[in-house]
Amino acid sequence: MSANLMLIAVVGVMVGCGTTLILERSLTRILVGFVLIGNGLNILFLVASGPAGVAPILGQSGERMADPLPQAMALTAIVITLGTTAFGLALAYRAWQLTGTDDVQDDLEDDLIRRRAERDLVSATFDEADDTELPDEDYEGDEDVTTPEVRA
Amino acid sequence: MEHLLDQLVLAPVLLPLLGAGLCLAFGRFAAAQRLISILTLVTVLAAATVLLIRSDSHGPQAFNVGGWPAELGISLVADRLSSLLLLISTIVTLCVLLYSIGQGIVEYGRDSPLSVFYPTFLVLSAGVSNAFLSADLFNLFVGFEILLAASYVLITLGGTEARVRSGTIYIIVSLASSALFLIAVASVYAATGTVNFAQLAQRIPELSPGVGTLLQLLLLLTFAVKAAVFPLSAWLPDSYPTAPAPVTAVFAGLLTKVGIYAMLRTQTLLFPTPELRSLLLWASILTMVIGILGAVAQSDIKRVLSFTLVSHIGFMLFGIAIAGHLGIAGAIFYIIHHITVQTTLFLVAGLIEYRSGTTNLDRIGGLARQAPVLSIVFFVPAMNMAGIPPFSGFLGKLALLEAGADAGDWLALVGVAAAVATSLLTLYAMAKIWNRAFWQPHGELEDEVPVPFDPVALGGSLHGRTGVSTVTQRETSWNDDTQGVRLPLRMALPTIALGFVTVALTVFAAPLFELSDRAAQELHERTGYIEAVLGDG
Repeated sequence: MSANLMLIAVVGVMVGCGTTLILERSLTRILVGFVLIGNGLNILFLVASGPAGVAPILGQSGERMADPLPQAMALTAIVITLGTTAFGLALAYRAWQLTGTDDVQDDLEDDLIRRRAERDLVSATFDEADDTELPDEDYEGDEDVTTPEVRA
Repeated sequence: MEHLLDQLVLAPVLLPLLGAGLCLAFGRFAAAQRLISILTLVTVLAAATVLLIRSDSHGPQAFNVGGWPAELGISLVADRLSSLLLLISTIVTLCVLLYSIGQGIVEYGRDSPLSVFYPTFLVLSAGVSNAFLSADLFNLFVGFEILLAASYVLITLGGTEARVRSGTIYIIVSLASSALFLIAVASVYAATGTVNFAQLAQRIPELSPGVGTLLQLLLLLTFAVKAAVFPLSAWLPDSYPTAPAPVTAVFAGLLTKVGIYAMLRTQTLLFPTPELRSLLLWASILTMVIGILGAVAQSDIKRVLSFTLVSHIGFMLFGIAIAGHLGIAGAIFYIIHHITVQTTLFLVAGLIEYRSGTTNLDRIGGLARQAPVLSIVFFVPAMNMAGIPPFSGFLGKLALLEAGADAGDWLALVGVAAAVATSLLTLYAMAKIWNRAFWQPHGELEDEVPVPFDPVALGGSLHGRTGVSTVTQRETSWNDDTQGVRLPLRMALPTIALGFVTVALTVFAAPLFELSDRAAQELHERTGYIEAVLGDG
């Protein structure tokens, strides 16, 4: 199969630019990146469909037809990209409403656990005392621990 | 009648979409919405049962949508694997739907309609069915997109700050994986001239080996993002826990498994050669071990569960990587087991959240005394997931370990060792939840590290409005001696029902494993599937 080098170069540039944009923090730029990638991939489908031909309508002239299947796929992909982009823009707007910025934020809980680890702390209910403050030889059985409960 | 039965394959995809439309039309009538969603899923459940019986006795059920030949149009196929997963996913979806209906009534009263939730939930179910039944790569992509679009809406339901934050990450990762999938589809088409699975199975062996491996890598990469295989798993534990409880449950149960299903299908049907075996084995080992180490470090029930989810994806991947008859059969059995168990555990986490106002292990305790039923409903699936005999988790793991030991090479044996270590650490993680949330008395919270956000505000409620609901009041008036809130039956019953399903999988493990075995046999032979799709076009 012979492929159109120009189209392939266009795909490469669009997907490359899109990838660069995705690596940004701002959700709006990320979305623009995905729009670029989406369009680049639609062109990739044109590459996949092989050389161009006449419109693929039955009963037309006997010349070589273009392959209609990748075009149908590209159409579907365009619709999907449209929907997700619209949703993404709404999400960016909502994030801006709530925080005044549309930056993608870090995972808070991970941050919390990492800070705990840096300060060498454990979480509040970790029963550290039971394990470390009773060396084996001094350990006098369970009695001391259980008696208050038995009395109560 | 026979003709009608042939078209039954369409039902699991079309009915939920129709139901979603009806739900939107009846957006103002809460009761109608509930009735439509339940009826739809019950019908799909019936259809899935018939499909499983027919595909088990008559071979794969294929249907070409719109009468187009399979190479050109969309065809749906229900073989044993597809219909088995379809059945189990519909059972799980139905239980979660009932749970969310209960939660909706409990939180917002009988008459306030959740206008977005039910239609989106049904669309999600349609997407999952479409992915399971699809017989071509592009329709699989469409199925993924349907379920992803629905999941975007569900994960940001209510649009609170926490959900927008975690939803953004989820959506970006999903978009990236979709872009990868499109590249894969276009490359497959460019190389072979078709996207139909059956035709691909015939044409891919004719490609030069390098091209074949490249296509395989592209597809595996795409599905690995969706299935949360390490190192592409970091998005999952961050995004799942903040969503509403039933949403997290259904995501955890189904969405990653759809990715695993796609891997299983493409690996067995399109690339049965063992070229990437060691890569997959390494990925599965790392997923198991690193996932569970993450779970051990967490102090929130939902996050622990999310990390165990990642970790156990490794088990299924291990079966797929080992391939062979037993490996595949074990992987199928494990998928079924894990869908039900993981969903049940997340629903229980939702109940704990309702009961105590939070799932943070530092803030809850003493549940065993206060809510004995809840403890049992948590304990059984938790032990099941850790793989304590005689539960189905143990049987599934045993099959996978046996497959690994049979393979015999050192990497497979490392995998077996990693699987055993992961099971032990899963037990440790579950015991940690059990000790802190259920056995230990409720301790005073000492905040050594300033908490940058209030976990209560994350909330598991359907629209994230916990700030004004009773949950906050319960949190402030918590007292070790109070009777606490009684669990609403509407939410507890579906959870208990799903708990019974997990036990049933153990009780009926023998017939189920035989069925998984036959499904693996069918995947192994490949001819039945190819003939069903291309034969009667």
